[in-house]
Amino acid sequence: MKAIGLIHYVLALALAPLLLGTINRVKALFAGRHGPPLFQVYFDLGKLLRKGAVYSRTTTWVFRSGPVVALAATALALGMIPMAGQAAPLAFTGDVFVAVYLLGLARFFTVLAALDTGSAFEGMGASREVQFSALAEPALLVGLVALGRLTHSLSLSPAYAGVGPELWSAGGVSLALLAVAFFVVLLAENARIPFDDPNTHLELTMIHEVMVLDHGGPDFALITYGASLKLWLFASLLAGLIIPVRQGPEWLDTAAALGGVFVVGCAVGMVESCMARLRLLRVPQILFAALVFSALAFLLQMR
Amino acid sequence: MSWIDTVMILLVLTDLAMLGSSRLGVYVRLAALQGVLVGVLPLLVGPGRIGLETAFVVFTTIAVKSVLFPWLMSRIMRGFEARREKEPYVGYTASLFLGVVALGVALWVSRHLPTEETGVHPYMMPAALFSIFAGLVLIVSRRKAVTQVLGYLVMENGIYVAGIVLVPDSPLFVELGVLLDLVVGVFLMGIMIFHIHREFDHIDTDQLATLSDWKPAPAPAVSEEARP
Repeated sequence: MKAIGLIHYVLALALAPLLLGTINRVKALFAGRHGPPLFQVYFDLGKLLRKGAVYSRTTTWVFRSGPVVALAATALALGMIPMAGQAAPLAFTGDVFVAVYLLGLARFFTVLAALDTGSAFEGMGASREVQFSALAEPALLVGLVALGRLTHSLSLSPAYAGVGPELWSAGGVSLALLAVAFFVVLLAENARIPFDDPNTHLELTMIHEVMVLDHGGPDFALITYGASLKLWLFASLLAGLIIPVRQGPEWLDTAAALGGVFVVGCAVGMVESCMARLRLLRVPQILFAALVFSALAFLLQMR
Repeated sequence: MSWIDTVMILLVLTDLAMLGSSRLGVYVRLAALQGVLVGVLPLLVGPGRIGLETAFVVFTTIAVKSVLFPWLMSRIMRGFEARREKEPYVGYTASLFLGVVALGVALWVSRHLPTEETGVHPYMMPAALFSIFAGLVLIVSRRKAVTQVLGYLVMENGIYVAGIVLVPDSPLFVELGVLLDLVVGVFLMGIMIFHIHREFDHIDTDQLATLSDWKPAPAPAVSEEARP
């Protein structure tokens, strides 16, 4: 384990809420508003942490453990995501699967906590979340395995270290397919607009927000922070693909990688400003298209 | 990754997009794009020097497949209310799934074909086989006659690519003959679609079965009995 990997990890933990702020700012700019400050998410987190929590008498320990487990699993998965071509703090063969299924564990506990409230509304959201992630997860996993096949490694750190201009000229089509698939999965997994609207709390079509309606105070702070970590995770997976800067000293690479993550954030903001929410029936089709892109990239490597 | 591979993967992607989309306008535009993709292939495959014959074939192919046919199709569709495929026999997601499976099969099959040893372009044969399959699926699983004609075109594109792989320098007359057949075929189908639409106000081919003399026998009998 090298120190630079740890520094990247700490940077990711510290800057993740800023990415959410960037997206909100880009959306505001597109709408012609001034928008909230860039650090609004930090203020929100601080405010939530100072509040007390209210728990319904019908809930059990599952409800309280949901946000904690989700945040812990996401933070652990983030520890396996390399940045700027340097090895992540946690890197071993097969960490592709561990990372993806840690995200699965986080989702599982969020869903359980939603079901534990006994609210029909939250149960509906949980059902949708599980339905869509059943399509988004294979798209991500097949895509990462295809990337591993391209770079001959089933560990994220060497795989991303192998992405570079040479790989883009050798297997550029596969990498482009993967980038599209990852972007779609990013939007779906983080409840961004074509799939879900992160701003609404009272709409029958929402998916993710509905599951966390009953959490308040510190629990909601954990959930918000976990969501921003997850967004950062996917954004850095995508940025590592499309902006592989491997030149110069380490600080320059790190700066380029951070810039790449924020460029992805701006792209998300632009997509959210330009698109309307999809009809719920169309969502599985788009996710399946992402799975097709990943599978195509994988099949092209089978030869 | 050479230009040919890129073109072939674009061909596969347009096939998949056609399998997964429901708008008739999108089908026509994708078919036009495919015409350009397969049209430029002889330029990419052939030796460095481009003869007059090749240029002629390329020009005619693109002119027919991506200008004439789309124009014809959109002209036919102008009078229809139907803008999208409704209730296909096989759903869009299922078609896409079939497509992915078929792509795997095509890659596997073409690896075992004898062209593989000589082939310098590894994706041409799989893309050709896959296009043929995608065209077949479009013909079999969709209801609108327009989509079925476009499926026929997709299939023909696949056959064209396979022809380039198998017979690298086929004579000019063969190419032009095939193209002429295609033009005649599509014109006939266009006229037929027009007539179907004028007679019955729709282009759902599955309802054409009601034209024929044989009908499910019990239906009229029951209605007779029901009448007092």
